[in-house]
Amino acid sequence: MLTKNFNGVTISVNEEGYLTDRTQWTKEIAKAIAKEEGISELTDGHWRVIDFLQKDFIERGTLPSIRRLNTVGGIPTKELYALFPGGPLKKAAKIAGLPKPTSCV
Amino acid sequence: MTESNAKLEKVSIIISRGTLDGVYPGLIMANGARMEGIEANLFFTFFGLYAILKKFNNKLRIATVGNPALRVPGAKGVPLPTLFGMLPGMSAFATWMMKREMNKLDIPSVPEMLQMIDDAGGNIYACKATVDMFHLSNDDFIPQVKKVLTVGEFYELSHGAQIIFT
Repeated sequence: MLTKNFNGVTISVNEEGYLTDRTQWTKEIAKAIAKEEGISELTDGHWRVIDFLQKDFIERGTLPSIRRLNTVGGIPTKELYALFPGGPLKKAAKIAGLPKPTSCV
Repeated sequence: MTESNAKLEKVSIIISRGTLDGVYPGLIMANGARMEGIEANLFFTFFGLYAILKKFNNKLRIATVGNPALRVPGAKGVPLPTLFGMLPGMSAFATWMMKREMNKLDIPSVPEMLQMIDDAGGNIYACKATVDMFHLSNDDFIPQVKKVLTVGEFYELSHGAQIIFT
């Protein structure tokens, strides 16, 4: 298993950098992963997405789709792409400490 | 997986067919490209143009005639004989079945998916030759259509892209 060190905290990740143990996630780790993904600061808008992803993942056991983020989470698709440019769902899931998205839509 | 960091950066997807099953693959590929951070241009031509006509794009159907892969009642059932495929309501029924399955997977309807692609920063274009042939004007299109393009303009904007014909 691979590990990664963020500010002295060691966490388990897979080859692509997704956390393998969700319980190791903290807001500090989220900020550090975001920086690696080119997002220098996590704003309220980012946290809204992260919070919904985590809440929905815990409730349903699977990542929501971009459509669900919009219709249920109330996050407009345009905004999602603006917040996490270059692969919104993948980046947001990684920052939220969740697995890589597996659905096609 | 290759070791290189090379990544596909741009795709141009042509949608040329007007059946539900002819339109969806291109839409899913375009949306999927945007989800990966890949630039996506969608070009609708011939009967594919019906996917961006506001009066018709919610009424696309599955072809039950001339589609030997179509099985009933489900994908692993028995082949639907072409003769039955001609019966009134067959196409509507097959379409209803497929839409129901897609809804379970959270796949949006065609109009909603086009809106999603537009929101995601994908570009939607119509083919000029077909627009002229079908006597269409801008009023006929959904608002997400960016422009009517000639084939030459399509190639210009596809510079550096992989072109995918569906």
